[in-house]
Amino acid sequence: MTATLKPRNNRAWLFVLPVLCSVAFTAILPLLMVINFSVQDIFGSNRVFVGAEWFLDVIEDPDIRASFWRNIAFSVQILLIQIPLGILLGLGMPKKGVMASVALVVMALPLLIPHNVVGTIWQIFGRGDIGLGGHMITRTLGFDYNYAQNPADAWLTVLVMDTWHWAPLVALLVYAGLQSIPDPYYRAASIDGARRLAVFRYIELPRLQGVLTIALLLRFMDSFMVYTEPFVLTGGGPGTTTNFLSISLQKIAVGQFDLGRGGAFSLLYFFFIQMFCFLFFQLMRRRL
Amino acid sequence: MAEIVLSHISHRYGEGDQALRNIDLVWENGGAYALLGPSGCGKSTMLDIISGLLAPSEGELRFDGVDVSGMSPADRNIAQVFQFPVLYESMTVEQNLRFPLRNRGIGKIEAQKRAQEISELLEIGHLRRRRAKELSADAKQLVSLGRALVRRDVSAILFDEPLTVIDPQKKWGIRQALKRVHQELNHTLVYVTHDQTEALTFADEVVVMSAGEVVQKATPDVLFERPAHRFVGNFIGSPGMNFLPATVNGSRIAVGGVDLLDVSGCPGVTDADASDLVVGIRPEFVRCHGADGSGRIRASIRRRQDLGTAFQFDLSIDGTRVVAKLPAHPDVSGAECWVDFDSGHLMLFFKDQAVEGVTPLRVPADADSSRGEPGS
Repeated sequence: MTATLKPRNNRAWLFVLPVLCSVAFTAILPLLMVINFSVQDIFGSNRVFVGAEWFLDVIEDPDIRASFWRNIAFSVQILLIQIPLGILLGLGMPKKGVMASVALVVMALPLLIPHNVVGTIWQIFGRGDIGLGGHMITRTLGFDYNYAQNPADAWLTVLVMDTWHWAPLVALLVYAGLQSIPDPYYRAASIDGARRLAVFRYIELPRLQGVLTIALLLRFMDSFMVYTEPFVLTGGGPGTTTNFLSISLQKIAVGQFDLGRGGAFSLLYFFFIQMFCFLFFQLMRRRL
Repeated sequence: MAEIVLSHISHRYGEGDQALRNIDLVWENGGAYALLGPSGCGKSTMLDIISGLLAPSEGELRFDGVDVSGMSPADRNIAQVFQFPVLYESMTVEQNLRFPLRNRGIGKIEAQKRAQEISELLEIGHLRRRRAKELSADAKQLVSLGRALVRRDVSAILFDEPLTVIDPQKKWGIRQALKRVHQELNHTLVYVTHDQTEALTFADEVVVMSAGEVVQKATPDVLFERPAHRFVGNFIGSPGMNFLPATVNGSRIAVGGVDLLDVSGCPGVTDADASDLVVGIRPEFVRCHGADGSGRIRASIRRRQDLGTAFQFDLSIDGTRVVAKLPAHPDVSGAECWVDFDSGHLMLFFKDQAVEGVTPLRVPADADSSRGEPGS
């Protein structure tokens, strides 16, 4: 036991109280409410305690399972595309002068557009009749492209849209990471006769580890929780092609007002993302 | 290993000030040189021009007679050690040492052998398997030094203030390693620093720079004894040289009414404007006495300091600050004393340049001086 040198002053807790109250109302109480829903079957004013039934139901539901794997596939593809693309963009951005500022603004532009506006932009852009992109693909290039009817087209459009929206985030993080590499590292490499690829592999990549961890984490979380853009673009269709977890959840909890199932679903969803981020972060921290 | 010749090298960054002004310099093969000067004097620019990281605005650079001005740093085959340790942090020490060889297509066995030799020379053999980023700053700097040495045919090794981030106690070890390396491998070494102790202990010859120009290139002894320029006198030594306004008296130069130097052998000085002339004397060769005597100048004492190994007196002679560094406390009390100089170490500067051929006049006090230094 260490001796207490200072008298304890518990009045400090009073200052934490306002934050505690507001967090209770904005986060803790709603969460408790969801937990409350998830263990009951509520129908009008009838409520029956059902224990873990909803959780088992959600885990075994084939539609939700399909959504889950669809979402995993989406996140993996997003990461495989956006991380390398972001690195390339970050490496390619000019480091000094007016063009550096121009590049920064242009790269930041997609990040500043609200999610539903992004969805709307691509919904119109991809239309074969009035959209610039859709028109060019179908009429000028002659491909059979229709994101509202072709599952592959819908999937591809969502991927491209998400990449357009979020690859700049990775690029900006990489750009910031590159800026922090001191000049002598590049000088040493040029004196040591290192080629461009070796410079990337041995100087840039090790020093980008930190920002890439953040980028990976942010992009995984966001893509695993993606909702607005595909919802506006395809509404989860055609069929269930782009029916991601969040869209399934919205249909159950808001569409069907199935509070018990929705509650259990939300909690499992939340738990999975939490665990993934926690494990990922621990793993990266041990390696760094 | 190569002889490096700079001819008429000038450099200017954009529209800014001239960083280097028309420099002509020869670094001989196998020499250990220090490039010394205050911050912003152009020494780092010079180093970057030699290594090829910077192309000079004007002039020519030759390695062993070959013009290398247009070559890349890798083609020039120079090595450089930077201010702070630059290592490939994801690699082990051994991989770091092999990296420059690997990039030049040298076989693995040969590279391994070479890395082993170098790590033994630098006494970092026990660290070979360790990851570079786990090392302490001084070990890291030794590894960067090793990476510079690992190529056998390197033209020159450039050091850009390599001890800046090293703890004072560890500096000594790295300096020893450097000396050992120079003795064994006989590379041409150029060592940039603003620390005169570092420069003077490391180098066979020191190049002193100021405001983009080379002011003097000489051995440490000569820099101390015979600075060619007021700047060198002031910059080298701690504290720097004293400069006293002089008066011309026929063929004699006097300070404070005492004739000190005979300039009959130096044409042009006798009829020079006295405001262009100063007499220089190092604090080590100023003597203080408690009483007046022949050839002594009266000075007021501003401050006395015990430096531990010596006493430093800050004096004022007719308003000019003069510092005396004395081995023992002189027999002086009160606020004034009488000063004379070790005449063999007096120097004359005309428009900041040292004047050659000056004969010191023997001051009678020299004969019974406690220091016993004869006038030359």
